[in-house]
Amino acid sequence: MPGKTFHLEIVTPDRVVLSDDRVASVIVPGSQGYLGVLAGHAPLLAELKVGQIDIRREDNSELAMATSGGFIEVSENKAIILADTAEIALEIDVSRAEDAKTRAEDRLRRRGEAETDAARADAALTRALNRLHVAEHAQG
Amino acid sequence: MASIRDIRQRIKVVRNIQKITNAMKMVAAARLKKAQDRAMAARPYADTMGQVMENLSRAAASVDHPLLRVRPEENIGVIVIGADRGLAGSYNSNVMRATVRFLRDRDPDTVRLVLLGRKALDFFRRRRYSIAETLSVPTSNVTFADIRPVAAKVRDLFESAEVDAVYLVYSQFVTAMTQRPTVLKLLPIEPAADELAPSGEFIFEPGAEQLFGALLPRYVDTQIYRALVEAVASEHGARMTAMAAATTNAADMIDSLSLTYNKARQAAITKEITEIVSAAEALV
Repeated sequence: MPGKTFHLEIVTPDRVVLSDDRVASVIVPGSQGYLGVLAGHAPLLAELKVGQIDIRREDNSELAMATSGGFIEVSENKAIILADTAEIALEIDVSRAEDAKTRAEDRLRRRGEAETDAARADAALTRALNRLHVAEHAQG
Repeated sequence: MASIRDIRQRIKVVRNIQKITNAMKMVAAARLKKAQDRAMAARPYADTMGQVMENLSRAAASVDHPLLRVRPEENIGVIVIGADRGLAGSYNSNVMRATVRFLRDRDPDTVRLVLLGRKALDFFRRRRYSIAETLSVPTSNVTFADIRPVAAKVRDLFESAEVDAVYLVYSQFVTAMTQRPTVLKLLPIEPAADELAPSGEFIFEPGAEQLFGALLPRYVDTQIYRALVEAVASEHGARMTAMAAATTNAADMIDSLSLTYNKARQAAITKEITEIVSAAEALV
């Protein structure tokens, strides 16, 4: 029987955000809905969307992160998250996220622009709201 | 022979040049450190991405995706990564030479260039290649977002069958002293050699096809990003080495000019003494 913990790695294009081999569970925002991964999970490859990553370690300590999408691969008791961005909840720059939110809202209000712009502003807004949500959850 | 004043003037000029090359060396060294860290930090993501790709293509070998389509290579796209600025030794010319060598046997009409860095643009503007897209290369803090437009353009060229293959020419960072111009095939993506049996049954969410659709473009972007951060590190390494050499050369030049200066000064004194002595003798 596989151990009760597994190895988790979270990497972004800029850095390795987390590398921990005593993780008990992780919950990630799959494109079709949140997914929970425990030790001994079947091989999985899933796309992630904007949302929150919840990590619980062996000693029951918890860690929340905001991500703006990516992929997760699980195989051989190892989970790898390839994230576009990943920030630990307590390290989120709230004022920057607020700014981004205001900017995106402004852009959405001034419609009539090209549709791709609206889509981009919409995505930016989603990311900003997600960051704020995750930060609030952890700090408040 | 140059007059004493001329020599003194030249020493001053060389000394000023030396100050500048020395300052450039220091700046390049500082930036190299940062760029190197960035290149190192980009590796885990790119490596992991490669691993995931391998697993996926093994588990879902039959998937068809526009970025995987192999066509006879008639038209090709070439991404050339140079620098925005010169004074980096042979950094730019090495990359350009590698590109020219790579394109030597090709009809220029079958080549589309995507040029990163102003020096690359300057070099190819006067040649008979058509340029599809350009981007300037910031000297510090390249981000993933910077290369997105270029990557999108490249994928578009390939997917619309305007080109049948895409190559990437950049300078691989080995050490501060050594940079290796490299030609890499970017598209079509060639699935890893399949010597191993499918490694277990993967659960795909969403389906394998959609996953490929999301992952492959991302993979291409990652490759380009990685090449760019390597190239930026190479650029600073090359500049640092070149400027260190220039500083040493300037020091040598100052030494030899000082020698000439002293010789000239002594000759003038000797001449003066001889004149005085002979004048005195004539009076006796």
